[in-house]
Amino acid sequence: MKQNLIKQNLITIKNLKKSFGGINALDNCSLEIKKNKITAIIGPNGSGKSTLFHAISHLISADSGEIYLDENEISPNMPDYWIASLGIARTFQDARLFRNLTIQDHLEIALSQNDDSLLKSLFGKKENFDEKIKEILHLVGLNKPLNTLATDLSYGQRKLLDLAAAIAKPHSIMLLDEPVAGVNPVLRNEIKHILKELHKKGETIVIIEHDMNFIMDLVDYIYVFDYGAVIAEGIPKEIQDNKKVLEAYLGD
Amino acid sequence: MIEQYIMSVFIYVCIYIILTLSLNISLGYTGLINLGHIALFGIGAYSSTLLMMNLDLPFIISFLSAGIITSLFGLLLVFATKKLKGDYFALATLGFSFVIYSLLLNLVGLTRGPLGIPGIPKPSFFGITLTTTFSYLLFAIFITALCVFIIYKIVHSPFGRLLQATRDDEIGLRVLGKNTNLLKYKSMMISAFFAAIAGSLFAHYITFIDPTSFVLHEVILLLTMVIVGGIASFKGSIIAPFIIILIPELLRFLSIPSAILGPMRQIIYAFILLLILYYKPRGLFGRVDLA
Ligand SMILES: Nc1ncnc2c1ncn2[C@@H]1O[C@H](COP(=O)(O)OP(=O)(O)OP(=O)(O)O)[C@@H](O)[C@H]1O
Ligand SMILES: [Mg+2]
Repeated sequence: MKQNLIKQNLITIKNLKKSFGGINALDNCSLEIKKNKITAIIGPNGSGKSTLFHAISHLISADSGEIYLDENEISPNMPDYWIASLGIARTFQDARLFRNLTIQDHLEIALSQNDDSLLKSLFGKKENFDEKIKEILHLVGLNKPLNTLATDLSYGQRKLLDLAAAIAKPHSIMLLDEPVAGVNPVLRNEIKHILKELHKKGETIVIIEHDMNFIMDLVDYIYVFDYGAVIAEGIPKEIQDNKKVLEAYLGD
Repeated sequence: MIEQYIMSVFIYVCIYIILTLSLNISLGYTGLINLGHIALFGIGAYSSTLLMMNLDLPFIISFLSAGIITSLFGLLLVFATKKLKGDYFALATLGFSFVIYSLLLNLVGLTRGPLGIPGIPKPSFFGITLTTTFSYLLFAIFITALCVFIIYKIVHSPFGRLLQATRDDEIGLRVLGKNTNLLKYKSMMISAFFAAIAGSLFAHYITFIDPTSFVLHEVILLLTMVIVGGIASFKGSIIAPFIIILIPELLRFLSIPSAILGPMRQIIYAFILLLILYYKPRGLFGRVDLA
């Protein structure tokens, strides 16, 4: 029975703990991310949402607890780039782009599997990603010339390029850390539409978001964080009427 | 006589083009604040010299082996400091320069220390020995052109682009599944390899080397060239050595006493550097933005 449950999960987190000095950023955090669903993580500022993503992608190492990808426990010693190559794509609250590289560069880097080999890079067959890049840019609606430098993009366009790179990177799950934070209402709706499209394609997505209204008609399941732990979970309807959730948000 | 002098200036320009380009691989393209490049240049010069003189290896073998040995030193440098970032890495590479300099000075059995190594043989291959300055200039131009071509190919390849991505945002690249440590090792090895080629070209030209050619402050000249040309600017790395070397050389024609010439040269470097930093902070041809 237990084994079966894990099978439907793409990621399973058990009792994850992480403290920074005296602060428990993650405090016995446990949750399950189901395949082909959009799961939201909500919670007040500083409740440990981003820390969870960093722990999953091994940008920080958890103090204790377990992380499973499919049915396999991820070794705590696995380097971050390796985790990424297991199929975890992610974005950051502040888009991490390569400021002196172009839109095309970003997507080609995300798509390519062997550009880190000098020999393949010099003598191998040139990989052609033009079609794929067109498709992804069309999906996210970033219609700037391919040779535009990241540093010349607006805030919203940067968010879109970051999302596009995560989509381009071969993955089985996407972790999106506040993809619409600070984005104007028009673009917000466009991004919601993109996420719905991805959902239709069967993507597994975890999204961190503050705004309940944004996720209500978008996601399949919600986890509510407070002080590094899950204080409530359920489908959007259940969360909407949950007292504890309102307290966590309003009590601050 | 004047032709000899002009040819010798252009041989130096060639050597510095290779040095500037190779430093730009690690410093400009990959963002590793590498202040140890002059030491790598020295290791290349000494390796090639010692392999040829002590082991009687043919020139071409010594020349290429020096590249390989030096790239291993480059690997050692970046591997030993892999936990250090930014300024701390820069300090460590500075330390590396000091260590290599004092090894060159103190491993007297191998390097003859402060006495230096005289009588370094001129390159010879296929039964030809490059005894004249003119033949050496042709050889230097050929090697430089080859290095320029290869480095151009590297930095403009998908691999070269990953080096730039490493510089711009290492974490952002790691979450795309790229091992940035490995990229830095490779970058430093390539950078060191070409520094050694320049070192070897230098040693076999002047036929005498001692540790003073590779003291730390020599790296200032190199950094000036990189900055004047522009961080991660390919064109700049080729043009800057011409500017930085030729301008002070012109002083010689003003019959300035040699006692003043040395300090004067330093003042001119400083002056060019200040002008560039003030008017074109990204260098003559640079476009890279290192915020
Ligand atoms: N590298 C760090 N060093 C020290 N404390 C940290 C670090 N990262 C996070 N914290 C602390 O851990 C707690 C959780 O932070 P986290 O960024 O995960 O919150 P969050 O839920 O993402 O908040 P927000 O909604 O503001 O993004 C906060 O109290 C934060 O100050
Ligand atoms: Mg956060």
